[in-house]
Amino acid sequence: MNEQHTAKAFDIDLQELSRMVAEMGGLAEKQVADAVDALAKRDTNMAQRVTDSDNAIDVLQREIEERSVLTIARRQPMAVDLREIVGALRLANDLERVGDLAKNIAKRVIALNAEFPPPKLIRGVEHMTDLVLGQLKAVLDAYARRDDAKAMAVWRGDEEIDAVCTSVFRELLTYMMEDPRNITFCIHLMFCAKNIERMGDHATNIAETVHYIVGGAPITERRPKGETEISALAGTNV
Amino acid sequence: MTMANFTVPTVTSTVTSADGLTEKISVRNLDFFYGDHRALKTINVALYHGKVTAFIGPSGCGKSTLLRVLNRMYDLYPNQRATGTVQLDHDNILSPSQDLNLLRAKVGMVFQKPTPFPMTIYENIAFGIRLYEKLPKSELDGRVQHALERAALWNEVKDKLGANGQSLSGGQQQRLCIARTVAVRPEVILFDEPCSALDPISTAKIEELIDELKEDYTIAIVTHNMQQAARVSDFTAFMYLGELVEYGETTKIFTAPNDRRTQDYITGRFG
Repeated sequence: MNEQHTAKAFDIDLQELSRMVAEMGGLAEKQVADAVDALAKRDTNMAQRVTDSDNAIDVLQREIEERSVLTIARRQPMAVDLREIVGALRLANDLERVGDLAKNIAKRVIALNAEFPPPKLIRGVEHMTDLVLGQLKAVLDAYARRDDAKAMAVWRGDEEIDAVCTSVFRELLTYMMEDPRNITFCIHLMFCAKNIERMGDHATNIAETVHYIVGGAPITERRPKGETEISALAGTNV
Repeated sequence: MTMANFTVPTVTSTVTSADGLTEKISVRNLDFFYGDHRALKTINVALYHGKVTAFIGPSGCGKSTLLRVLNRMYDLYPNQRATGTVQLDHDNILSPSQDLNLLRAKVGMVFQKPTPFPMTIYENIAFGIRLYEKLPKSELDGRVQHALERAALWNEVKDKLGANGQSLSGGQQQRLCIARTVAVRPEVILFDEPCSALDPISTAKIEELIDELKEDYTIAIVTHNMQQAARVSDFTAFMYLGELVEYGETTKIFTAPNDRRTQDYITGRFG
């Protein structure tokens, strides 16, 4: 395919959209890492910075939407160009949600104030975060390279996050049953774990979008899913 | 060129396929020559009843030539010839025994520039009908009215049927030409860039009209306006340098075409 349009300004519009999505992806990744870091380090100041920074992601999402609408109106894009723009809109949506979920974790860190769980309880959540950040990085890389194979690898890799989430839930339940004083922070941690698991879902959404941008067809096979945390709760008869 | 990207049904006469499509025109191995120049190369394509097929491609790719073959317009010019077969229902219209007047009554054509005759609006329509049928005045009046209604022009001209057809606006003139085509009760209508000289409102009216007409006719449209092809057609054929590069459902062609050349063309990356 010729890389360039006859109308050069169209190329600039598409490149700019792509750049904004990449920038948003970088911000979202940093938000996730910082939020969980704040949790591990019991750093409420850092958590506050995460909640304050979320606005930058929201602003970028609005800019991507505006630019997409304007480009559609101006250029009436077809085929791969149309998929690029629809893809940018979808990615912006997913990344905005990832930012919100990170912000929610930061808010919980602030709410916990001095009442922090022992570090060993946070290890499971940190492990999940490492996995999700790996997925996010890989899928944003797949987007940058329009690499379908890499996107599909992310799409299939979500199963492990589900499994770790379930095991974190089981572990937290045990602590709560051990000592009712653990309940408050364990519930906060459960929500943090759930937020991180949802970020993994958004990474798979992004993988689906990359697949659509590259090939023009949705994924038809069913995504492999791990054991859900519901089964973890069911197993304890609570 | 590979032909593997699309399938052409293997039927040679009018057949309703499993997906409810009835082939009205079936083009097989069509070659066309302007003197020694081969302008169409082994074209295979089907036009379905009740469906609109759009032909897109850069200037000189052969799409208008293909349209001119479908009603043997090229017969008017020396040194132009077509080989292969073009089945209209059960008849090969390329056969020398084909009655050309009958063919052109069955296969009507609307051109890029509106071409009303220098006569009254009424006569523009009645003229064509009289060529094929002798009707009493009352019946002829009814046919003229019906044709103008089908072309969504009746309400605008019913009080001035005696006015010169050329006094109408460009958009109205084009609808008058469509009415003239519809009046002789064709089975197929060929549109050769019907909106390229019209404003957006007139264009929208013609597109609306094509949408209504397709219920009863087989329609082929050549257009340079990609969005128009995407809006009005059910099937799209992309042609390039005399070849049919890709043919398929319009929804597929304009969102995820198979052939890179199709993609380059419809996204404005060509050449």
